[in-house]
Amino acid sequence: MKYIDEFQDPDLARRLLDDIHSTVTRPWALMEVCGGQTHTIIRHGIDQLLPDQVELIHGPGCPVCVTPLEVIDKALEIASRPGVIFCSFGDMLRVPGTGRDLFQVRGAGGDVRVVYSPLDALRIAQQNPDREVVFFGIGFETTAPPNAMTVYQARRLGIRNFSLLVSHVRVPPAIEAIMQSPSCRVQGFLAAGHVCSVMGVEEYPELAERHRVPIVVTGFEPLDILEGVRRTVAQLERGEHTVDNAYPRAVRPEGNAAARAMLEDVFEVTDRAWRGIGVIPDSGWRLSAKYRDHDAEHRFSVEGIQTREPAECRSGEVLQGLLKPHECEAFGTLCTPRTPLGATMVSSEGACAAYYLYRRLDLTPAAREATPVV
Amino acid sequence: MCLAVPGRVLDIEERDGTRMANVDFGGVVKEVCLEYLPDLQVGEYAIVHVGFALQRLDEESAKQTLELFATLGMLQEEFGDPWEMAAEAGGTLPPEGEGARL
Repeated sequence: MKYIDEFQDPDLARRLLDDIHSTVTRPWALMEVCGGQTHTIIRHGIDQLLPDQVELIHGPGCPVCVTPLEVIDKALEIASRPGVIFCSFGDMLRVPGTGRDLFQVRGAGGDVRVVYSPLDALRIAQQNPDREVVFFGIGFETTAPPNAMTVYQARRLGIRNFSLLVSHVRVPPAIEAIMQSPSCRVQGFLAAGHVCSVMGVEEYPELAERHRVPIVVTGFEPLDILEGVRRTVAQLERGEHTVDNAYPRAVRPEGNAAARAMLEDVFEVTDRAWRGIGVIPDSGWRLSAKYRDHDAEHRFSVEGIQTREPAECRSGEVLQGLLKPHECEAFGTLCTPRTPLGATMVSSEGACAAYYLYRRLDLTPAAREATPVV
Repeated sequence: MCLAVPGRVLDIEERDGTRMANVDFGGVVKEVCLEYLPDLQVGEYAIVHVGFALQRLDEESAKQTLELFATLGMLQEEFGDPWEMAAEAGGTLPPEGEGARL
């Protein structure tokens, strides 16, 4: 347990780990859904502190990673047009489209701006009535309510030069798709805490029951992860499969009612493509008919853009937990954070970036001892 | 962007008919929309994601999380200059006239 002193409360971490070690009797494969959780796990070496029987599989919960290439290409096309101010969160700047990224579009003269909040983009639209302002609306259930509110406010304030390029995705259909895959090895889920802060937990019992898989709502700090693993393993060892909330300080069972109501008003559920995975039924949101005139895809007529991902990038398998990042042939050679082939390497929450950053090139026991973890 | 950070409400005002607050994230102050937590009061803590308060948090948990994030450099990742970070990641100079233009 060489890294345990770095934990916020090393004694508690040790107790949780002792409990997990004494509970486990056979191999279990758990998937952490959230990319933030993946980074915590790798950064703190949590996977190495767990018993060998407990394997953590990295899930698809990085919003930047799962945004399809064709949506990135639509963003690049819109951002390149004269008269457009294209606003985005900073972590989309380096996500590769076909041949370029938003950072390069800005370098070539495009007016690309980074905002902290979608409401900042709306303010830019208010201040620039003669320009078209587009906000890149990606993300899971945590990010969708802020973007929904921004479109609602644009409508309420009569701001017509504001639109949203939408690529929102939903977690429960992704869990369903992962469980339906014939090669699925996942036996328990650490559900993404902040998604549940918004949505609550009511979508999960049916999934847990049907697939006989425990789902434990988990935060993303090191001790949260250990507690999530502890509760999931305990359920598996007892042969249970229920929904459990290990992150009650931030998750109420009902979620955030106001945010959910806004989501229902502004968005409607739609099939959505996930980068590297393909289309998952009902796994996303698009603007509802009432707000369609704030949809950048319609406004800029980019619906027709379709692109293919590079064949050598295997991020789809990484996102589904079928492949560990370092098992990809391009990892660390053709594909690095400076020359990323796919979004899992470029995104700060991507599993490939985490493995690269923390030098996790090999996970065999011998290499584990030899590999420095920063 | 995925990160949701706890912050403390410093003051609240109506703007364009919207309930907004200045929120302190361990020294960085940002404008935050309170429409999804309309009864949040000055001095209380909430989890904030992309400028929206999404769920109340008790003070002790909030302070512990902020301390942890500061130690790990995650507040810098969340609130630092995104152009510089993107340039660093890509190994190139940022495009001319950089810095958030807000």
